Amino acid sequence: MGSSAITLENLTRRFDDLVAVDHLTFDIGEGEVFGLLGHNGAGKTTTVRLLSGVLSPDDGSARVLGLDPQKNGADLRRRIGVLTETPSIDERLSARENLTIFADLFGIPSDDVTPRIDALLERFELLERAAEKTSEYSKGMKQRLALARTLLHEPDLIFLDEPTAGLDPIAARDVRDMIRRLSGDEGRTIVMATHNLAEAQRLCHRVAVLEHGRLLALGTLRELNERLGGALRFTLELDPTTCETAQQTLRAMDGATFELERPDTLTVTGVPRAHIPEMITALAGAGVRLYRVEPQEASLEELYFALHATEERR
Amino acid sequence: MNWRGIFAVVRKDLKVVVRSPIILLPMIILPLILQVAMPIGLGVAFNLAAEAASDEADDISEFLEVIPEEVLTTLETAGEEGTILILFLVYLFAPLYLIVPLMVSSVIAADSFVGERERKTLEALLYSPLTDMELLIAKMMTAWVAAMVVSVGSFLIYAVAVNVIAWPYMGRIFFPNATWLLLVFWVAPGVAALGLAATVLISSRVETFQEAYQFGGVIVLPVVALMLGQIGGLLFFGPVLVSLLGIFAWGLSVILLLIGYDSFSRDTLFAKM
Repeated sequence: MGSSAITLENLTRRFDDLVAVDHLTFDIGEGEVFGLLGHNGAGKTTTVRLLSGVLSPDDGSARVLGLDPQKNGADLRRRIGVLTETPSIDERLSARENLTIFADLFGIPSDDVTPRIDALLERFELLERAAEKTSEYSKGMKQRLALARTLLHEPDLIFLDEPTAGLDPIAARDVRDMIRRLSGDEGRTIVMATHNLAEAQRLCHRVAVLEHGRLLALGTLRELNERLGGALRFTLELDPTTCETAQQTLRAMDGATFELERPDTLTVTGVPRAHIPEMITALAGAGVRLYRVEPQEASLEELYFALHATEERR
Repeated sequence: MNWRGIFAVVRKDLKVVVRSPIILLPMIILPLILQVAMPIGLGVAFNLAAEAASDEADDISEFLEVIPEEVLTTLETAGEEGTILILFLVYLFAPLYLIVPLMVSSVIAADSFVGERERKTLEALLYSPLTDMELLIAKMMTAWVAAMVVSVGSFLIYAVAVNVIAWPYMGRIFFPNATWLLLVFWVAPGVAALGLAATVLISSRVETFQEAYQFGGVIVLPVVALMLGQIGGLLFFGPVLVSLLGIFAWGLSVILLLIGYDSFSRDTLFAKM
């Protein structure tokens, strides 16, 4: 990851009494795949709109690709692609017509328009039906066409709002591969607003969890895990004859809790990652015969719900 | 100014209009009724009821009293029945013609501003590099150009219809006169601008194309009032009145656009999405 592609500084937006985005402050690095996670109304889409220069903040500021979205909105939008939550495809026009309009809007050189559109239509398997009105398209085809439109002007920064919504599993996998390629091979920065935690876990380098417009948590999966006490869960496989000794040793450790899964397996939680070596040493020192220590990092989904639970308790 | 982008939006919106029966049909049917069916019907009715009309000579004389002398002089050769017919076709129908640019511009503007938002196709457009001003110009250009094409086209058809219907009385091509030329090339463009300016203004206050479309029915009421004013002898569509009407239409449309421009900013539009 290089320097920052996006910087938010106390970015805030209100709609009447509702604070949709509440003093967000964080950076997104160049070439990063960054996830904006949260329930409906958490502020994900409003954040994307503020960063695209189509909404003005009430407080705070942002820099996107070195530009101020409010002052340089048109210039910025030339360099970003936004896949909206609904495909926003004109159903009375064909796929080719839809793309041609946006080629003109983004000022793609006239000689490049047809080859570029053909290449995208082929990439998204729409070429054969390019002349058909898009009202005849399935939901997945419309989503693929919207993705093609998002990439048409080869943006440096791509905002994807629920990119695989409505896609069948194979098409969704293709989109995920494409996101990896855009980020990994082409170095583009990608910001994904999504409810799909499994997808965010597969794709995102870092995530920001939003709740009522506020930043609940920010970081990699591991960082989020540590923020929640760093309580890794891991499995110990041991000689069953030493299981009782292992339990006595663990009881003596601060914060450690365990469950006996099988006579030879314990699931341990509450031990910070940094203390694992000491725990293994203590177990071995007590005569526990360890065969396997397997960390089970919490899934993003578990972390997400843990974060929300923590927030609700406040 | 990103003219390539502006024309891309205009082309797109015009394509959408042509492919939308709900928008296209009123644009065809309305001029056909006002500019073809009504004059032909009136001509046929006058021919069939010539005798009955002469029985009401007193009423006709009263009506003729409100017509300026110079207008009547030009119609000397038409006879009394021909004069009445031509007064209807050339003067009393003149305000009705203004319904065409007004309706066409407001219907297309309703689809372009409100319909596009309703279909959720506006969002992608708002993420394009067009500025708010460029987007507004593109949207207005679509409605205004379409309104003028339909208005001038229907005027040409009307000119032929009027000369054909009045031929038995006038024996020459006498239409259009100065009043109509002003009406078509000065007032109608202003009225088209007024229709779309009013639609821009209400676009932020309505949710659906149907609501905006119904508004089009309300804004023709002043035009109907103009026609009733003529029939009642309160005003007469001569060059002076038509010129003043044009100034009024253009002036009001500029004021409404200035007020409505704020409602077309991305910020306002997205706040409603």
